[in-house]
Amino acid sequence: MSERIITYAEAIREAIGQSMESDPSVFMLGEDIGIYGGAFGVSGDLYHRFGEERVRDTPISEMGIVGAAVGAALVGMKPIVEIQFSDFTAHAMDQIVNQAAKIHFMLGGELSVPMVLRAPSGSGTGAAAQHSQSLETWFAHVPGLKVVLPSSPMEAKGLLLSAIDDPNPVIVLEHKLLYKTSGHVPEEMYKTPIGVSKVLREGKDLTIVATGVMVSRSLEAAAQLSEMGIEATVIDPRTLSPLDMGPINDSISQTGRVMLVQEAPKHVGFVSEIAARISEGPAIYSLTEPVKRLCGMDVPIPYAPQLEKAVVPQLPDIVAGAQELMRGV
Amino acid sequence: MATITPLLPPAAGKVSDDKASAMAALESLLAIRFFEEAVDGMFARGLMHGTMHLSIGQEAVATGVCAALRQTDFITSTHRGHSHCIAKGADLTRMMAELLAKQTGYCRGRGGSMHIADAKTGNLGANGIVAGGIPIAAGAALAQKLKKTDNVVVSFFGDGATNEGAFHEALNLASVWDLPVIFVCENNKYGMSFSTAKSMKVEKISERAAAYAMPGVTVDGNDVDAVYEVTKQAVDRARAGKGPTLIECETYRHKGHSKSDKNLYRTKEEIDFWKTKDPVGKFETLLIEKGIISKEQAEQITENVRNEIRNAITEAQSAPDSDPAELLSSVFRAVN
Repeated sequence: MSERIITYAEAIREAIGQSMESDPSVFMLGEDIGIYGGAFGVSGDLYHRFGEERVRDTPISEMGIVGAAVGAALVGMKPIVEIQFSDFTAHAMDQIVNQAAKIHFMLGGELSVPMVLRAPSGSGTGAAAQHSQSLETWFAHVPGLKVVLPSSPMEAKGLLLSAIDDPNPVIVLEHKLLYKTSGHVPEEMYKTPIGVSKVLREGKDLTIVATGVMVSRSLEAAAQLSEMGIEATVIDPRTLSPLDMGPINDSISQTGRVMLVQEAPKHVGFVSEIAARISEGPAIYSLTEPVKRLCGMDVPIPYAPQLEKAVVPQLPDIVAGAQELMRGV
Repeated sequence: MATITPLLPPAAGKVSDDKASAMAALESLLAIRFFEEAVDGMFARGLMHGTMHLSIGQEAVATGVCAALRQTDFITSTHRGHSHCIAKGADLTRMMAELLAKQTGYCRGRGGSMHIADAKTGNLGANGIVAGGIPIAAGAALAQKLKKTDNVVVSFFGDGATNEGAFHEALNLASVWDLPVIFVCENNKYGMSFSTAKSMKVEKISERAAAYAMPGVTVDGNDVDAVYEVTKQAVDRARAGKGPTLIECETYRHKGHSKSDKNLYRTKEEIDFWKTKDPVGKFETLLIEKGIISKEQAEQITENVRNEIRNAITEAQSAPDSDPAELLSSVFRAVN
């Protein structure tokens, strides 16, 4: 039997649809997710399948939307919020950071917020600085939020199903460039555990840890490197909070070299946390070269295609970065 | 555990016409007053740390509103939230334990005065962020609609919150979705030190309801009967699926904003004027004048409530301090 191939957007839609079929407390709310089908087409036909009550179009009102999801979650619903662009979470930060993240802890543990907040993230669409950011570090820095970055259709469905079932607020940052990419996705409801890193490829020469769209880009780079005789391990943490360092440390102990790849700006970025944890643990003694970070430039995302490409790591940059690490420069 | 008689609505008409309802309301007013006087005193003597925001002078709002609610209805509250918590039926001992940083407190010592929630009585939490609870109330109301219950949600907030975006976003959502939520503004005239005369051009905060095509009413917030009456109408409307209401309760806090307030922005005359409109004494006198209860009964209720507050303090003081050992494991609820 051949593997079923669907897109990342279809995988997300399937996870939501299956959850809504099996659990009446699951519902969706967000801007233009109804008859329009979502700005990136993710909700698609869900409105027609489940109706306007459960696939709920909202006014353009991000703080209100997230606040409503928090309130609904507090009394037993499982809302899935779609924020049209992750940049717009800035409008909703009080509800995300001061409310959703803190309620379970701050109020003594009786209440919890089983909310999923999905948002398209990242650059590459020519949408410029207010529609292209990678803000995962904002959320990963707040205790009480779980943060996942699905890097493939398979992960998108499995991580989302885990997020929907999680009794805590989970931020799912989907990458816009991945929505139309395809891959094998099982039809049944399966869960990818939150808080478990995944080794996608094993190689003896260096360890590449990449997040979001940089995962598939790093796998492509690893294939090219292999042709040049450099064998790279590629690891996708999948979940930024909580972070599973086990496979990363294990791999470094084998390869002795590590390159950390993210789209977000380098300064105080998420991979800096990985670098810090490597430096705190035994893995640092295995390193034969300093940790290398390959990140976005510390600038807002620009509009012009040549400028936009210049500010985030591209495939040749990852290949070149790995070669430099191997040469010790 | 220290409790007072749960609030209940009058069989008909006014709270002050129905003996059981009136006596419960008087207990609520006194419990809020004595609880806050007690914590104010403990704070002054260095027996309580942190900060707190007292609603002394505003007791009739929480009491009148919650008299119109069922236990299965929900509330969201504010940084000045002791009154809402007590009126909705919280255990005074667990409240006191929280303020005393005890393990048995509502938040296990992690929240303090500004963050008391009580799932059992539908209190979804006090909130340290001005207007933070208003969208949450709309969401809890949306859940009631989706679950097809006839429960309603009351969101308490102050005058200052009505200048926040969250207020306007929440009212708009509640309006377009006809949500069973009642927005109760306790207008005590000041957002910390900034008077409503300077912070908004509208004469009445209830005028803001017009922007969201919902009823907006202003009521004497120091009058239990008046607050109950408008709340009951709003609750009936919400339960019938007719949507939200904005209620503005005009009231006044006798004490400062928080423990650091030197009252530089208010005159002594203004404060003294409002003390003549004290909601607790006013309601007690009304009940005696109407012959609903005797002076002796009023004294007995007062003594009983004082005893309950004393019990709450004694029980709370003997509880273990909150435990740092469980901090890291308390950030997330365990996944099944």
